[in-house]
Amino acid sequence: MAIPSALVTLLLGMALVLAGLWVGENVLLLPLDASSNAPVYDSLFKVLFSIGTILFLGIVGLLVFSLIRFRRRPGDRSDGAPIEGNLPLEIVWTAIPAIVVLFVGIYSYDIYERMGGMAPLNDHSAMHAVQPASGSAALAAAHHPGHGDSMTMEASATADPDAAKRVWGGIGVGGDATVAGEAAVPVDLTAMQFAFIFHYPQGNIISGELHVPAGRQVELRMEARDVIHAFWVPQFRLKQDVIPGQPTVLTFTPTRPGSYPIVCAELCGPYHGGMRSTVVVHEPEAFEAWVQQNTLPPPPTVADSGTTATA
Amino acid sequence: MTLANPSDFQPQGQPAPPAPSGGLQPEGWLRYLSFSLDHKVIGLQYLVCGFLFYFLGGALAGVIRTELASPISDFVARDTYNQVLTLHGTVMIFLWIVPVVNGGFGNYLIPFYVGARDMAFPRLNAVAFWLIPPAGLLLISSYFLQGGAAQSGWTAYPPLSITTPALGQVLWILSVLLLGGSSIFGGINFIATILKLRRPGLKLMQLPMYCWAMLGTSLLVVLSTPVLAGTLILLSFDIIAHTGFFNPALGGNVVVYQHLFWFYSHPAVYIMVLPAFGLVSEILPIHARKPLFGYATMVYSIMGIVLLGLVVWAHHMFTSGTPPWMRLFFTIATAFIAVPTGIKFFNWLATLWGGKIALNSAMLFACAFIVNFVFGGITGVALAQVPFDIHVHDTYFVVGHFHYIVYGGTVFVIFSAVYHWYPKFTGRMLNEDLGRLHFLLTFVGFNLCFAPQHWLGLNGMPRRVAEYDPSFTTWNQVSSVGALLMGLSTLPFLINVVVSAYRGDRAGDNPWNALTPEWLTSSPPPVENWIGDAPLVTHPYGYGTPTDRIDLNVATGRELWVGPDR
Repeated sequence: MAIPSALVTLLLGMALVLAGLWVGENVLLLPLDASSNAPVYDSLFKVLFSIGTILFLGIVGLLVFSLIRFRRRPGDRSDGAPIEGNLPLEIVWTAIPAIVVLFVGIYSYDIYERMGGMAPLNDHSAMHAVQPASGSAALAAAHHPGHGDSMTMEASATADPDAAKRVWGGIGVGGDATVAGEAAVPVDLTAMQFAFIFHYPQGNIISGELHVPAGRQVELRMEARDVIHAFWVPQFRLKQDVIPGQPTVLTFTPTRPGSYPIVCAELCGPYHGGMRSTVVVHEPEAFEAWVQQNTLPPPPTVADSGTTATA
Repeated sequence: MTLANPSDFQPQGQPAPPAPSGGLQPEGWLRYLSFSLDHKVIGLQYLVCGFLFYFLGGALAGVIRTELASPISDFVARDTYNQVLTLHGTVMIFLWIVPVVNGGFGNYLIPFYVGARDMAFPRLNAVAFWLIPPAGLLLISSYFLQGGAAQSGWTAYPPLSITTPALGQVLWILSVLLLGGSSIFGGINFIATILKLRRPGLKLMQLPMYCWAMLGTSLLVVLSTPVLAGTLILLSFDIIAHTGFFNPALGGNVVVYQHLFWFYSHPAVYIMVLPAFGLVSEILPIHARKPLFGYATMVYSIMGIVLLGLVVWAHHMFTSGTPPWMRLFFTIATAFIAVPTGIKFFNWLATLWGGKIALNSAMLFACAFIVNFVFGGITGVALAQVPFDIHVHDTYFVVGHFHYIVYGGTVFVIFSAVYHWYPKFTGRMLNEDLGRLHFLLTFVGFNLCFAPQHWLGLNGMPRRVAEYDPSFTTWNQVSSVGALLMGLSTLPFLINVVVSAYRGDRAGDNPWNALTPEWLTSSPPPVENWIGDAPLVTHPYGYGTPTDRIDLNVATGRELWVGPDR
């Protein structure tokens, strides 16, 4: 059996690793990054892409080499060598994937934490009440579940399902805090067949497009009317299902002004493919101007119907 | 290729032994349309029936790719499109891959491998097969009824599945329940056969690897399919009787459905790929003329995959509002499946290393399986990472990923297995040139179709859409061209399979000089598999072994086979 010498193997391995790193750095498969966690995501993608390239090229290279080098020559009817196993080899190729997988798992956990995914907001143990009107109170409770206001804790402790609205999942607050001291911009999202409706509690604006300021955290509180939808902005690298009966929260900080698509990513009916919208990331001043321009005077009645502001 | 050795054991001289159940069984080709109890007949029934549904599912895929050749919804109506994608997924999973890799090859091969004359429960076996055609017809018929077929995807997530036309959804549930029942019957049968029907003297660790794969798969089937059945029954209550299990308007919980659904449907992935792993483990050693590398670790890795496969379901729900600790657990459990899976792939590579590899159609498909599955496995490990998944979940990246697993993985293995066992099924060889043409078209078409979908998903194209952003048009058209090539690739295959049945070269009993027991009898085999005792094959992979190391006293079947240089 012809085993390449240790030196050849070493050089091939080094070439492979370099090729993988080069591919990870230079082959760009992702769209523009427009939120604070997109670059974090992209660095994870690069690592996974590099590791994947090394493994794929290595395994396929070995396979193709074997198929050529060990092909059966015409007239040769003999068998190969009767090798049935090799314990050290087996240990090596059990250990290497285990280490790689463990490394990737820990690294992605770290990435997830930096994206704010592990925030106690999502934890079952930190269920808390959300008053539909006051987003910042809920936010405060989320930040400090230990000494949140007692009313909130009380509400979550009681068994009354109407009083305590449980918030599920999503990427929460914390982790990569951007601009300290500034409260998040609260936006309510209602998803229905086949549209996203955004409501800004401050200013009571209703819009079919999402307008957000660059560099400020946005807290999107989402609820679905009919079936499950999903809020996805590819340029933000974020997605969260919008679930009927279970409010979800998604917190993100847009960074790059521009317009990006909002896509519904969960099959929601015949027009699922058409359920798209736009998120417009403004410079902070432009956002304030947009809010001023669209704020309605306090309406005499419930401002639920027919007040869609144009962007 | 080794040509046929005219065997001294051709059964044509003597009358066929009577069927085990008495004289009412038809003879000849009519057997294949009957309630036959012969495991080989049932295996081929599964196989041919599966292929019919494969062509139907492929035609549905053709509709999808035609619709997606342009960015607007212009080929079929939008709700028809959703019916088509639902039927495509359901047909391909429940009527093609699961029945063929489990029922088809399992029924044909397992009794040979354990040295039995039939499955443990032949009647249950026939019932399991005959549940499939009515279930399939039920599913297809729903398309022509009022409201059309189910249109909530093969996942049937409520509340969408509760609000879409009820008749189609209920028939879909009924059909999947029948198919699940068939699958459970089959699983029980395989477990009983492998554990209780082994020929005396044959130890568990001497079984061909496919037996272990089927044992693991059947455990998964028996443990997880009932959960799907219960879930779908609850869902049908929600639809018919307006109960509120999963209906949020009535206080139900939609995420609970997803947990229950994926508790079956993630193991279903292993129900589809583990048998393929087993088949590859049979095919590679024979055509590489080397023993299967690392038998024991292969067995342990199958069982490792079974164990881990049961505890990873929630990685399908990373955006469904699952709590963080759950995401963390399912990320790590999922990623760790790569370890036993990796062991299998390294062992296959080591099996090839230093062999005498015959690059025939069976081998080409098996090696392409390795390439495709490694690709799909790498994207799978990436998808297991929560932050990665949050971006690409429910996008074409996932569509690309799982087609690399189920098509690039399992379907390639099914083709490989057909080229490998066709001589045993029919006594004739398939044409090699047509086989290689089939391989080339399938491999190029498959990669052209599904590789671009990864890019589409990363850049913002969600799955299950009839219309998309025009900037994705080019790669969608490339993908559609690939699908067309895949469609064309079935032509040389079909011609080959049909013509070779009548005109193919005579294969003889053991054209590959294989050591596993199904080759130690005539081709096609007699009704009870062997005339005389079943051979005791204690080294199913004893290639390259000097003759004196095989115990000729116990290998009673070996006299049926005269190898060229033994």
